[in-house]
Parts: sequence; structure tokens; C-alpha cells
Amino acid sequence: MGRTASFREAYGKTLLDLGKENPDIVVLDADLSHSTMTYYFADQFPERFFNCGIAEQNMVSIAAGLAISGKIPFASTFAVFAPGRCFDQIRVSVAQPHLNVKIVTTHSGLTVGEDGASHQAIEDLSLMSSLPGFTIIVPADAIETAQAVRTAATNKGPFYIRLCRPEGTLVYDEKYRFNLGKANVLKAGSDATIIAIGLLVAPAIEAAENLERQGVDCRVLNMSTLKPIDETAINQAAMETGAIVTAEEHLEHGGLGSAVANVVAKNYPVPVEMVALKNTYARSGKPAELLEKYGLTTKGIEQAVRRVLERKIC
Amino acid sequence: MNTETVSLSVTELQTIAKKLRRDIVTMIGKAGSGHPGGSLSAVEIVTALYFKVMRHKPDDPHWSERDRFVLSKGHSAPVLYSALAESGYFPTGELPTLRKFGSSLQGHTDCNCTPGVEMSAGSLGQGLSFSIGIALAGRLNKQNYHVYTLLGDGECEEGQVWEAAMAAAHFKIDTLTAIVDKNGLQIDGWTKDIMNTEPFAEKWQAFGWHTIEIDGHNFNQLIGAFEQAKTIKGKPTVIIAHTIKGKGISFMENNVDFHGKAPNPAQVEQALKELT
Ligand SMILES: Cc1ncc(C[n+]2csc(CCOP(=O)(O)OP(=O)(O)O)c2C)c(N)n1
Ligand SMILES: [Mg+2]
Repeated sequence: MGRTASFREAYGKTLLDLGKENPDIVVLDADLSHSTMTYYFADQFPERFFNCGIAEQNMVSIAAGLAISGKIPFASTFAVFAPGRCFDQIRVSVAQPHLNVKIVTTHSGLTVGEDGASHQAIEDLSLMSSLPGFTIIVPADAIETAQAVRTAATNKGPFYIRLCRPEGTLVYDEKYRFNLGKANVLKAGSDATIIAIGLLVAPAIEAAENLERQGVDCRVLNMSTLKPIDETAINQAAMETGAIVTAEEHLEHGGLGSAVANVVAKNYPVPVEMVALKNTYARSGKPAELLEKYGLTTKGIEQAVRRVLERKIC
Repeated sequence: MNTETVSLSVTELQTIAKKLRRDIVTMIGKAGSGHPGGSLSAVEIVTALYFKVMRHKPDDPHWSERDRFVLSKGHSAPVLYSALAESGYFPTGELPTLRKFGSSLQGHTDCNCTPGVEMSAGSLGQGLSFSIGIALAGRLNKQNYHVYTLLGDGECEEGQVWEAAMAAAHFKIDTLTAIVDKNGLQIDGWTKDIMNTEPFAEKWQAFGWHTIEIDGHNFNQLIGAFEQAKTIKGKPTVIIAHTIKGKGISFMENNVDFHGKAPNPAQVEQALKELT
């Protein structure tokens, strides 16, 4: 495994930089600033940082009021609490008026680990994907996180950026340029395509490398912009490789798997296998133990590729 | 016209209030659906703000120095639409399009559809928080506009209202004045029976707000309260305006049925007769 880095650190430091560059950047948090890493910004710009206390609904609506007044608010908490605790506020105060609010959450997915099911956000992408006009980004590593946060700051409209708690393998180096709305091709291939997001991108690459040694040539796409999804890249994957595997740290309903299947079904139906949680809540455990149990691993992805190849119509 | 506080007399304000009531009844009658009760109870509050208290420019709805009116109880859109039209944001001729397909006057307020509407609402409980955001932006920008937020008394059962109450006091926001349209009614009946919010003024006080209680249909008291609110520094002010739901129309007053029911044509006629 390669070098690792923290998504959250990347977020916090990027916010700090953005704060120096643009006086309209403001940051809100709900008593988790040392976990979401917004405290870097808070320490440097206390007058532009609003700790709303443990009141996520209030935080989101305040952010909306700041946005309509020309500020660029970043509001952060854990992914279970936004959208979980404030979906209606996001829907009515942010999505419907299409305000320039950036919701950046951390501790998403199973890898929050020991805290257990209440703290494992496995539905957030489904909830957020349902909102018209929201842009959703799930960065693959710390480098992409920094760039995605910058992109959100400079593009008008509501954004949801989903980060995780643990450090993750660096998929990219500093030369990488995040391209909003475009899947990033990490490996060319023609037998099948693995489309992954977040922490599952690194295992997807590893799975493709393992499979290559066994004579299976997989394309790997990082679909970091989950919404609006890159339909062209999916269509090409379907047409050129004829089989697709998706991989995400989320329920298969309403997340990446659903979004990809939606495009595939409409345009060029090919078999799709989903590496995701299936209609279940998880429990406490070490992140690696949980990922292992639910097959959200390199091995799980390899097995899914084997399954999809069996279903592939040649 | 309204860039500076205009010098209308109470009698003139009462005339405008009557016009607003006629607009409200007519447009909801025409729409065949809508919420007359909570619009009618708020007529004097909204009239005082738009025609006396607030600095605003109907021909420049986005003027950055304008005072903001945030209607948190979005179902009372008709009273706002009427005030906006009567003060010149858009022609009064548009009022009868309320709730119609293609109209700029949505069933609940939508800030992207109607000039002068500051907030998209309809889900109760969010406006006070939203107003805090607007007020904080004003503070950061060193602007001195004031934010006026109208809440329903039933709406104050929402937990978020109290999150916002706590936060506004915590952030020492003195450019924010909340007005509670305390008509005592919500949908299922009297607020004291559905979910008692008393002691009400004491709650706001305990949350750190300067609290004023007035008769919400009395212009002198309303204007006095708004003037007092602007002098209070270091904390937000709430004006608890005691009102009558359905005010001004005999068969709607204190009648919970007219919370969310349109008058039929005969009732519209009867109402307009009473409002001459
Ligand atoms: C969050 C939410 N829950 C329920 C409703 C449905 N609803 C619309 S108006 C209303 C009663 C409001 O009562 P109040 O705030 O006292 O308003 P007013 O009497 O001024 O009309 C309810 C429950 C809503 N709009 N939003
Ligand atoms: Mg009421």
C-alpha cells in the first residue's frame, strides 16, 4: 500500500487557505470542529466562524441566510447528522432556492468503526442525491479532497462533499487536476469497468492490478462527482467493456450503484454488480473488520468482477 | 418610494391595512385554496413594516442596504404578496394569479419566483435561523440593515425556533427583531390545547431576548415596539404581538376553520362588504 493521508486534514487546511484568499468564505460547525477540522479556520478567522452548538438544523438554515446574503458558507458535521438531522432544512432552505451552501461532512460510511450503527452514515448519499440541483462529490483521497473543496468554493450552487474519518491511500499526486463532473480514468481496460468512489477507489485499483495478472483487463474509473454523474464515461464503459462493477461505502440503494445502474439501464444495458452494503446496518468494530465483513475490499471487488464477467453477454 | 421611513399617519396605515385585507380575501377566494387566517392576523404587523418602519426600495428589490423581512410562516404568503404589490414590487394585477400554474406567486413563498420575497419557506421553524445568517452577513459586511422575522405562535412549537433563539442571543445579534403573530390558533385548534407554549414571553426572556408584548392590531403600539427594538443593543428583540386569527372578517375571526380554507364566492362578497 502506498502513502496515506487524511481527508479531513486536507479539508481543514484547504478551508484555511480559502479563508486567506477570500473574505466571503465563512464556516459553520456543530460542536465537532476538532473532528471535521474546521478548527484551523476557526482559530485563524474567529469572526468568520460560527459554532452553532449541537443544533444542526439551525446551522443549515443559518448557512442558507449567509449564502443568500453573498457569503460562501461551509457547514460541517458528521455525515450522519447532515443530512440525517437536518434533511428538511437542506431541502427547503438550501436545495429549493438553490443557494450557495457547501455542506462538507466527515466520518461517513462504515469506517467510523467502533462508534457503531448510529454513527455510520450509509444513507447520506441516497438522501443527498435525491435533491435536485445539488452537486455531490466523494473524493478518493486527500489530494482530491483539497481540490474538490476549492472547486466547491468557486462554483455557485449547493454542494455536498463526503469525507471519511480514517486516512486513505493516496491515489493521486500533486499533479492531479480534479475535473468537476468528469470521471477520472485510473486504468484503461476492456474486459470490465470498476467504478468506485471514496475509500473504495484505492482497493478498486488494487483489484484491477490483481486481475490483470490473472489475464482480466479492467478499466477503473473514479466517479468522484457522484452528481451530476458522468453519463458519457458510463456509456463508454458499458459499450466498450460490456460489464460494470460499482464500489462504495454506502448502501447499494440510492448511492453510486443506483446512479450507475440508472444510466446503464437507460442507455446501454449491461450487467452491473454492486459492492456496497445490502439493506443492512452494521455494528461496532474496527474499520477493517467491518469492510471485510461486508466485502468492501479489494477481494470483494475482484469477486464482483468475476461474477459480472460470468453474466457478461459476449 | 420607501427608501426612507415614510411619514404616513395611523389613519393612512389603517386604510392600507384594509386594502391588504381585501387583497388577501380576494386572491385566496380566486385561488380556491390558501390560508386566510394567519394572513389576516398579520396585516397590521406587515403594513407597519412595509409602509412605515423598513427601509426598502420596491424598484430595487436587491438593494444591499435594504431592511429584510423574512416570512418564516410561509403559508401566510398572501399578506406578504399584497404588501409587496401595494408598495410597488410588482403590479397588484398579479395578485389574482396566486397559486395558479405559471404565476410568480407560489402557494408558499419562493425567493426565486417573487421580487421582494427574501426566503423560500413552507416548512415551519426555519426562518429565524435563516434570519440569523442574514444578520451575521450584515455584521461581517459592516452593513446596518435590520432583519424582521415573522413567526407563527404554533410555529414556535418547532425545536429549531429555540435553537435559533439560543443562537441569536449567543451571537448577540441586535439587528434582528422577531415578531410572533400570537393569534392563539394553529391547525388542530388552540395552541394552549395542542401544545402549550406558555409561559411564552418568559421563555424568550430566559433565552436572552429583549421581549415586548403588544396588541398586534394597534399601529401605535407596533411602531413603538419597532422603534424600541432598534434601540436595544447586544441582544435580539422579540415582539409578541397579540392578534386575532382571521381579523377583520366576522365569520373568520377566531375561527380555526379558516386557517387553511378559502372563502367561497359568497363569503368573499360578504367579507368585502365588511371591509369597506
Ligand atoms: C414543519 C411543518 N409542519 C407542519 C406544517 C403544516 N402547517 C402549516 S400551517 C400550520 C399551523 C401554523 O400555526 P401558526 O404558526 O400559529 O400560524 P398562524 O396561526 O399564524 O397561521 C401547520 C401545522 C408545516 N407547514 N411545516
Ligand atoms: Mg397561530
